Amino acid sequence: MSTFIHAMNAPTENPDIHSSHTTGFFTDSTLCIGCKACEVACKEWNDVPEDGLNLSGYSYDNTGSLSFSTWRHVKFVEGEIKPGDGGNSGNHLSWEFSSDVCKHCEVAGCLEACPTGALVRTEFGSVFLQPDVCNGCGYCTVNCPFGVVQRNEDDGRAFKCTFCTDRQKVGLEPACATACPTKSIMFGNLEELREHAQSRLSDLHGKGMKDAQIYDPKDTSVKGLHAFFLVRGDPRMYNLPPKPEVPIVYQKDAWRSAVIGSGAFLLAALIAFTGSRHSSRSQRKVSARRSRA
Amino acid sequence: MSTWPSESQKQRQPTATSEARLHELRSQAERKGRVEHVGVHPEGAPFPRASVETGYYGIPLLKQPPWTWEIPLYFAVGGAAGAAAVIAALADWIADDDKLAQDARWIAVGGAALSSVLLISDLGRPKRFLGMLRVFKLQSPMSVGAWTLTAFGSAAGAATFAKLLRSRYDWLPIRIVGEISQGMAALLGLPLHNYTGVLIGASAVPVWNKNVKTLPVHFGMSGLQAGVSVLELMGNENAALNWLGILASAFESWEGFNIESDSNRVLTPLKRGRSGFLTRAGGVLSGPTPLLLRLAAVFSKNSDSLRKLAACCGIAGSVLTRYAWMSAGRASTKDWRLPLEVEDKRPQEKPLPARMVEAVREPRRA
Ligand code: SF4
Ligand code: SF4
Ligand code: SF4
Repeated sequence: MSTFIHAMNAPTENPDIHSSHTTGFFTDSTLCIGCKACEVACKEWNDVPEDGLNLSGYSYDNTGSLSFSTWRHVKFVEGEIKPGDGGNSGNHLSWEFSSDVCKHCEVAGCLEACPTGALVRTEFGSVFLQPDVCNGCGYCTVNCPFGVVQRNEDDGRAFKCTFCTDRQKVGLEPACATACPTKSIMFGNLEELREHAQSRLSDLHGKGMKDAQIYDPKDTSVKGLHAFFLVRGDPRMYNLPPKPEVPIVYQKDAWRSAVIGSGAFLLAALIAFTGSRHSSRSQRKVSARRSRA
Repeated sequence: MSTWPSESQKQRQPTATSEARLHELRSQAERKGRVEHVGVHPEGAPFPRASVETGYYGIPLLKQPPWTWEIPLYFAVGGAAGAAAVIAALADWIADDDKLAQDARWIAVGGAALSSVLLISDLGRPKRFLGMLRVFKLQSPMSVGAWTLTAFGSAAGAATFAKLLRSRYDWLPIRIVGEISQGMAALLGLPLHNYTGVLIGASAVPVWNKNVKTLPVHFGMSGLQAGVSVLELMGNENAALNWLGILASAFESWEGFNIESDSNRVLTPLKRGRSGFLTRAGGVLSGPTPLLLRLAAVFSKNSDSLRKLAACCGIAGSVLTRYAWMSAGRASTKDWRLPLEVEDKRPQEKPLPARMVEAVREPRRA
């Protein structure tokens, strides 16, 4: 039983994946110029439909969020004036750009939740949704702590970034990284990228950008991101949650409650039906006696 | 047609007045976030800002549960079917109540069939339900549930069929198959009647995972209530049903009290707005109302009609409760503050023009 419970809470293991093959994205928003080349490249390479042309009023962001038809999304973070944080003039708004993408979580809520096995871990360590297997149950959408994967109601199936697995298989970089003109989207070996990010961070701190930080929640149940970010200011301005949790952490409590509920029901039903047998027997006896009399 | 630059512009020189005007514009823009007089007046100005207080322009991070009306109804029907299978076995083996056992078996089998119809309707195509049976994954409550429902449906079907056959040919093998499948259906009915609480409780939706410790019992009791109620409306008067109804409605009352007395802001969708109304309506119909009616029925001479009334409330309450939780889940994912752990300062906040919010939140379907 305990192994059973353990299997329910434990993330899927991937013994075949070697860290030397694990690739990742390091998105450095201090280098992003908001050109949206990555969005266009992703749509063109993957043949993703357009999302409509709406003016949102939220800076230059007219897409809003990642969705079934938006796998790269450039955020335009127009913030208050904060003079003195290296490079910020007192006269201008802070205006950051950051290209968002599926995080390809180390422990991925979508993958654990998928009942069909459509979501799998690839040899590159990324999370891949096989569209020919997905049956459109939509359970992944309520299990992604970053609100990435989404069901396309017209098609019925869920979609998200493929990490350009097709391109990686033939030795190419993902389309978005290839199109990025400033190397804000860096693609490569995950470990090397993490090292590079650290040196870039100390670089920026040295230049006075004290508000620069790396967003890679390794201390939560997500255990780190294969697509991580460097942002300036509070990550919450970029819609990056401070404590994302993989929903399998709730399963222990959930199944315990289910077992307790079932036990209570079974016990109550046993007592109630045993009682009802006695009462119906005594009734029968009473009526039998009456009929004899 | 005018040409540019015009003659007057060509001769224009910066003066104290022109520079003062530019400074005036700048200070206006700084103070108000916009300028008056000539020029464009963009709708929505002053422009929204991203900050720790406003998040990313208040655009929700989490995705809404995508399920259509079939799924909450499935929660109710599946819950009732699972509970009915347990009642069928115990009524047969312990209480010797043949009519009750038979009715309960029909609910189990009919409920399982209706459940799969509802699930397939949400998925769109029958073949897609088979996708659920490609693999078995303990980590995925959806997978566990799909397998449970399938196995339950087969067991309940076999039990019902065997009983039908036995009325003609009372052969030993048929009897054995009947008893075993009846036991299997009861055993699988236990998880089926409350796993849906696990399904939504162990998710990223804040109002659901906040209640993960009670949701499975809550959904199970709701299913038990619905199952008992349908059996009573089919004319079963076994007192055990009333006692099980009392247990379920007592738990539902307690759950309702718990929700109402918890002031945690994550629970707001269970109290405010459309989802709050549904939760309360469902709570009253499945909690205190049937509880009082059923307790009265224990002592009253008119117990049959009291129990029927309680049963009607119970069924309505059970269905409403499932819609309420779905609606609360949607409202919860729309609250962008929750995953970002931003304090709620709503009263002071001016809402953005609805048109713009819509444009961002609901990308047009391709
Ligand atoms: S960000 Fe969401 S969709 Fe992407 S791997 Fe993580 S859980 Fe899955
Ligand atoms: S919608 Fe598709 S990818 Fe998502 S959980 Fe269901 S089967 Fe898996
Ligand atoms: S890796 Fe490929 S699929 Fe993912 S965002 Fe980049 S271009 Fe799009």
